[in-house]
This record gives sequence, structure tokens and C-alpha cells, in this order.
Amino acid sequence: MSLLEEMNQKATALGVPLSAHLDITWRCNERCVHCYLDHEGKGEMTTAEIKDAIRQLSECGTFFLSISGGEPLLRRDCFEILEYARGLRLNVKLKTNAVMIGPKEAARIKQLGIEQVQISLYSHRAEVHDAITKLPGSWRRTIDAARRLKANGVKVSLTNVLMTYNSGHAKAVKRLAEELGVGFAVDPTITPKLNGDWSITGLGISRQELEEIFHTEEFVGDVAEYCAPVSGVDDDILEGHSCSAGHTLAYISPFAEVFPCVQFPMACGSLREQSFREIWWHSAALSELRSVRVRDLHTCSHCAHVAYCSRCPGLAYMEGDFRGPSSQDCEKSYVRTGIPSAARSRAAGRVAGVASGLVQIAGVLHAAS
Amino acid sequence: MASTETYIAQSPDIAASTLGDDTIIMSTLDSTIFMLNSVGTAIWKAADGATPLSRIVGEKVCAEFDVAEDRALADAEEFVAQLAQHGILSVSAQPASPREAL
Ligand code: SF4
Ligand code: SF4
Repeated sequence: MSLLEEMNQKATALGVPLSAHLDITWRCNERCVHCYLDHEGKGEMTTAEIKDAIRQLSECGTFFLSISGGEPLLRRDCFEILEYARGLRLNVKLKTNAVMIGPKEAARIKQLGIEQVQISLYSHRAEVHDAITKLPGSWRRTIDAARRLKANGVKVSLTNVLMTYNSGHAKAVKRLAEELGVGFAVDPTITPKLNGDWSITGLGISRQELEEIFHTEEFVGDVAEYCAPVSGVDDDILEGHSCSAGHTLAYISPFAEVFPCVQFPMACGSLREQSFREIWWHSAALSELRSVRVRDLHTCSHCAHVAYCSRCPGLAYMEGDFRGPSSQDCEKSYVRTGIPSAARSRAAGRVAGVASGLVQIAGVLHAAS
Repeated sequence: MASTETYIAQSPDIAASTLGDDTIIMSTLDSTIFMLNSVGTAIWKAADGATPLSRIVGEKVCAEFDVAEDRALADAEEFVAQLAQHGILSVSAQPASPREAL
């Protein structure tokens, strides 16, 4: 077991929110076509409220703190907040589009001991990146900032969110990251808006491209191992949880609301009404979430993919049932292994039952799994 | 007579948090992460730059845990060297001045 796994296991047993994600604003200077947030700024936490939230997280045992947004640097107090969090000796990651990181900011980030700066970069081609962010010149500024941070000795990672607009660019972005000497990650999931609008998920990449990503060594490592179906499900898996959301991970919005994860909009409480400790330990929503084991998941517990599926309970929640499957993850599991998920098989079974005898329907459904 | 004492101080270039009886520490210089058990945690907490390591071992380790003093000191020196290598502890032959000490 790796040290991080050991830490997570211990934190789960003790009920410690080891990791927290804090959005200090949802305002942004970019208008990315796939963004899941609305950019309302009214009602944002004050500096004092944010510091208090960070203090409370630290007192509850948080070690990893991601500060994000929106664009966090749009807040004038961003560095004051970062300094406060580092003063409490938290391990701080900053998620930003980096367009506001000039020489002074880069030096300050280094001086504060920020663990990593995660930057979204959509393409190796400036015009494609700028078309996605809708901010002319943003590619140039983002790349300059990445270089600047790197020159200051800050650890940088570029995240390449894949969508129709930048189809086929991932390898070139990875090469660019290598040239810059920074880390790289691909993210193949376009998530629905937190307000429940799923229309932006239509920007997601095609099955064919997802298949290519999942079968490319430079993205997934050992392809045979990554794509091999795992047979057999043991009690450890069935007794486990889907992910860390609400167990060792908490999300706080700029409006002081607490959720299990940034991608899981199940309201757990407000820091304007209760302390973080009260919410973390006593919220009915979190208690319910924590009571659910994999064996309680009505469809996933019978699915061939359950041992390795990245099922996101947040996405399942947005589909209407956090105990249910998440169709985006069903798709990923299918593309990885070629085996339809339990959810797809059930749906296919239902339709095949209605249209019994129409053999070609099964074929169509299989192709569409 | 030259001092053979070692003084250890917590570096500012770290992130740290308590997890049960353990302490998680990460160097922000090279991102190495450590989880210190209760003995390591006791030494870490006492690393004020002003207390000699031998005294920390005597008062915080041998008094609290069932371990012989020379064995405990040898283990503590190895532990300190490992953390110092990652910039998590600074090691000096002199105590920090009161202003420097935590
Ligand atoms: S799987 Fe979903 S809910 Fe869980 S941590 Fe990941 S994004 Fe959050
Ligand atoms: S593939 Fe779908 S049904 Fe199967 S475990 Fe994943 S989310 Fe659940």
C-alpha cells in the first residue's frame, strides 16, 4: 500500500477531511465553452470568512487544500488567503488559468511554498485555446506564466480537458508540457453545469477518440493492463466506497456552502449557519452518503466493471440518483474493456424485452453501448 | 570543550498536519511526504532549535516509550538525517538564538 493510500485509509477510519477544495470565487476572466459554473459573484465570502473556513478545515485535520475558482487571482485578497493557508502549514495547490501570473506573482507563489500550480491548457495551438476560453491572447499569457513559474522553481501541471473543439490535440499538448518541463494530465470528462444543465456535455469527445486515448501508452501506461477487464469481486470492494467525496474530501463554494466534492452538488450545510465541524460530523446528507457501500449500489454492485470503474457518485447524483450508475463512467468502462456495463445491459434487456425477436435491435444497442 | 550536541528545528518549507497519533509532513521543496508515527511525532514537536536532540530523546522518547536510551538516540539521529535530507528539519551544532527558535 502506498503512503497516500495508507493516509487515506487512516483518514477514512478517523473521519478526517484530509483533502479540501475551496473555490474562493466563481468569477472568471475567461468564458470557457465547457465551464460548469455560473460566474455570479454576489454573496461571495469575505476575506475573514474564507480565512475562518481554512482555519476550521485545518483544525479538523485537512492537509491537502486546493484553492480554485472561477479564477482565484481575480480576488485581490488571493495572496493574503494563500499566505494564511500556508501559515497554517497546509499543503496548498492553486488551480488557475494563470493569465494573471506575472513575474511578481510567480515569485510570490514560490516564496509561499505553494505545492503545485495546476493550469488548464486546451491546445498547443493558440487560436484553438483562445476560441475555447473566449479570451484573445490567453494562450500566450498562460504559456508565459507556466514558463515563469517553472523558472521560479514552482511545480506546474497542465490539465488538458478534451472536447470536440480540441479533438486530437492531446499528444501535442503533452509534448508542449514536456518542452516546458512541467507535468501533464488529460481529462476526458465534460461535466454538466452545477445548475443541472447537461447541454455542455455534448461538447465531449467521440467514443472513437476516447478509445484512442485509453489505448495510448503515453496516457494510460500499460494499455493491456489498463484495458483488461477484472473478473471477480471480493468483499473488500463491495464493502468499500465509490470515492473519497464526503469521506475524506470536502468542497466549499465561494458562498460558504459545503458539499462532498466540487462535482457533487448535494448540499450539506452552510458555514454561515454552522461550523464546518458540525456540518462534517452531523449533516444528514453526509451521513447518508457515508452509509452507502458499493454492495448497496443497485446496478453497479452487479456490474462486471465494479472493481475498477471510476463511477462518480456526483455525476450519478446529477443524473438523479447517487446510488445509481453514472452514464459517463459506464461509457468509459465500456470503451476501456469492450464489455457493456450492467446499466447498459439492463437498458438493452428492457428494450430487447419490448421488441423481442428483433435481433437487429440487440446489434444496434450493442453498438451504442 | 566543543559541543557534540545536535539541535534540530522545523523548516518553514513544509506542510504538516496531525492524523490521529501520527503527523503527515511534506517538503514543499521536493514534495517528499512522510507519515511520522507517535515517536517521530514526539521528536518533531520538540524540534525547537534550542533543545539538544539527546534531551528530546531522553524527555520525549525514553520517558514516554519503552526503549533504551542509546538505541533511541541512534534511531533518532537516523530519522533526523532523513528528514534533514529533504529540508524538513534543519540540523545545527549550535542552539538557535532565542529569536530564531520557534
Ligand atoms: S468520483 Fe466524482 S464525486 Fe468522487 S471525488 Fe471524483 S469527482 Fe468527486
Ligand atoms: S460501468 Fe456503469 S454500471 Fe458499471 S460500475 Fe461503472 S458506473 Fe456502475
